[in-house]
Amino acid sequence: MPVRVIIPTPLRQYTGRKEFVEVEAKNVAEALANLTAQYGDLRRHLYTDDGKLRSFVNIYLGEEDIRYLQKDQTPLHDQDELSIVPSIAGGTKLRCICR
Amino acid sequence: MMLKLDQSHLDQIRQHGARDYPSECCGILLGRADAKDKEVREVVPLKNLRHDSARAQALLPLDDPGRETERNRFLIDPMEQLRVEKDARARSLDVVGYYHSHPDHPARPSNYDREHAWPWYSYVIVSVQKGEPKDLTSWVLTDGRERFDPEQVDALNL
Ligand SMILES: [Zn+2]
Repeated sequence: MPVRVIIPTPLRQYTGRKEFVEVEAKNVAEALANLTAQYGDLRRHLYTDDGKLRSFVNIYLGEEDIRYLQKDQTPLHDQDELSIVPSIAGGTKLRCICR
Repeated sequence: MMLKLDQSHLDQIRQHGARDYPSECCGILLGRADAKDKEVREVVPLKNLRHDSARAQALLPLDDPGRETERNRFLIDPMEQLRVEKDARARSLDVVGYYHSHPDHPARPSNYDREHAWPWYSYVIVSVQKGEPKDLTSWVLTDGRERFDPEQVDALNL
């Protein structure tokens, strides 16, 4: 069952400039495993060294965050669309609490 | 690479910074990129999700929520980001970067900025001093994540 994985702009340099990649998968974990098997350089941007999905990475199935579905065990169906959404965060330098 | 935008885009970013002062503002830069340059076509202001601390904390926890607030941290709602991205793609535009403000701080990236940055994107920072927008700079993370390199900003007068 092919599903489509949408690749965000900063990661397209690791997918041969492709905006999306089609993979065969029954669930989210399988889809990401197949994606990173095809494009090995993506792995370090999506997973921590111990193989967990990085907290800076959001995965959406359609319009829903998989955190609130069944996480990486969320089942996929033919023609489903997965989006990799990078967390965008920042700030200023914290002022020191000087005594 | 160089970041090309119109004077009106710069004005929009500065005005957003002033409007949301003393909190940090944030938004998305949509445009087109080739191997050499990024060209901004639209500036999309978004809300700083750190105002909704419970939801923000569930998405990307802060180490010290007592000191880290919407005045020194920003987070973009990934759901809004996805919506903007999909809408942009339908018009053949891409996300080329993001902007945020530094209330009463210089327009230089913090360590927190670097730790949360992605490669390739342009990160525009506007310094807002006592409510007045001042310096505006743009930065790109190095591939090894060790630092931000300054990016040239080219404003076209249209
Ligand atoms: Zn910052």
